[in-house]
Amino acid sequence: MTRKLSKPPYLFLRLGSIAVALIIMATAFAYVSGWLDPQRLTPDRIINTFEANAGIHEGYRRNHAKGICVSGEFVSNGNATGLSRASVFERGRRVPVVGRLAVPGPNPVIADGKPLVRSFALRFSLPGGEEWRTAMNAMPVFSVSTPQAFYEKLEASKPDPETGKPDPRKIAAFFAAHPETQAFRDWAKTAQRSSSYANLAYNSLNAFRFIDASGNVQVVRWGLVPEAPFTPIRDAQLKNPDFLYSELQARLEQGPLRWHLVVTVAGPGDPTDDATKQWPDSRRKVDSGTLTIKRMQDQEHGACRDINYDPLILPEGIEGSDDPLLSARSATYSESFNRRAREQAEQPPSSASTDDAHDDSQETQS
Amino acid sequence: MRNSMHHQAGFSLIARVLHWLMALMVITMLFVGAGMVATVSERHAWLLQLHKPLGITILLLVIVRIGVRWAHGTPPLPSDLPLWQRLAAKLSHLALYALMLAMPLIGWTMESAGGYPVILFDGVTLPALVEASPGLYSTLRFMHTWLAYTLFLIVQLHLAAALFHVLVRRDSVMPSMSTGPLPGAKRSKG
Repeated sequence: MTRKLSKPPYLFLRLGSIAVALIIMATAFAYVSGWLDPQRLTPDRIINTFEANAGIHEGYRRNHAKGICVSGEFVSNGNATGLSRASVFERGRRVPVVGRLAVPGPNPVIADGKPLVRSFALRFSLPGGEEWRTAMNAMPVFSVSTPQAFYEKLEASKPDPETGKPDPRKIAAFFAAHPETQAFRDWAKTAQRSSSYANLAYNSLNAFRFIDASGNVQVVRWGLVPEAPFTPIRDAQLKNPDFLYSELQARLEQGPLRWHLVVTVAGPGDPTDDATKQWPDSRRKVDSGTLTIKRMQDQEHGACRDINYDPLILPEGIEGSDDPLLSARSATYSESFNRRAREQAEQPPSSASTDDAHDDSQETQS
Repeated sequence: MRNSMHHQAGFSLIARVLHWLMALMVITMLFVGAGMVATVSERHAWLLQLHKPLGITILLLVIVRIGVRWAHGTPPLPSDLPLWQRLAAKLSHLALYALMLAMPLIGWTMESAGGYPVILFDGVTLPALVEASPGLYSTLRFMHTWLAYTLFLIVQLHLAAALFHVLVRRDSVMPSMSTGPLPGAKRSKG
């Protein structure tokens, strides 16, 4: 180009329109990132609320912080191949499983006898690098049906600075505003704590879609049904804040623990997007195979430590449903994992943990 | 410089198609990435499902594009362009290529280090590039975020410069990437 550039007409208008284009793009990016929208429910906000309620327990999950790593295998009996083409259900298929038994709450040293609910998370390692991760709870329904209600419940449970305990009036107000919590509350009123992790049934609560070999879709929920019979907690157990650990150890010394992975198929009209509602007992149930747990490790050193049990990590043949809690769990667990991974990276393995008031019984996270 | 030895005033058709296609994909990717970590709604799940295959597609296309650029070179910049603008053009293009290449690789490695299966679409899982390691995951997660913001800023600079060429300088730069060589601008150099 040899022609001398002349000053174009309306130079300021031209420069101004460049500026406007950049500002529009930057504003759109800021909006999408949530920076202009402080009311939006983000994974950060939910995890910040957990931390505000309970403090930061570095290196631990922000919820269900106290747990035990377990491992074993799942052996499929082939009964669910008609429901899902996922390779995990092929007849005779054996897949290794790394699991985690836990109690809810952000406190990694809470007394085992305190929480009513317990949880069981599993990672099935399928052929070809596929994985199926699921995080189940030992209860029949979830307390809320939307991420917003979950967040409001978390806010209502914020400890009162005076008493150090949640304000019962705020909790009552939350329940009054959320009638969908009724089924959970009714269950919680009568439910008994069990003597063990091993004798509980754990449920997916959220619905999922099973896709069979011809592409047909069935909406399902799944759960683990224990072979060990339920026995209630004994008074002597309550004296040991870690009784679930020693109890499980004693059982595993006797032999492996077994659960049946039972898939429940939704009937017409059953809610697929509402984890507060049970499906009728008459729904078709398929026992798809047996989970055998053979070993356990403490969570500070076990293989489950670095696994994020994101319920939307699914193999081909299983998909998430329209339940809004699934995406929220996925997003929030991921943020919890990001934070504890960072804390683990920053904390040299040899240094002692001094992060909380319960550190006398605390082992160091590496 | 290799590119100024080429006697052409516009980018090849393949280079132009790759440029506009990837511009759309990279900008989409930046918004998808920013949006998916800032919501707990269903958008999180489907944006994440879009993010991975789109990222791998960008990785494959940028490799092709580097090959095309290597083979065809680039048309010369206008000869009256001030030196600092030439330098800015070279450096920002280098940064754009480096980031388009690095971002998908960091994302893939990061997911591997986080112990996550890298699922492109149903039944297609990419191999892990590294062993699971929370420390490495954490470092790469940090890099992925901040390099994304850097990429967004450089894309903005690139857009500003392109508009400056169109609206203020009114030179051969935009035609070289849009319609191809300008009729009056052929073999202006060399």
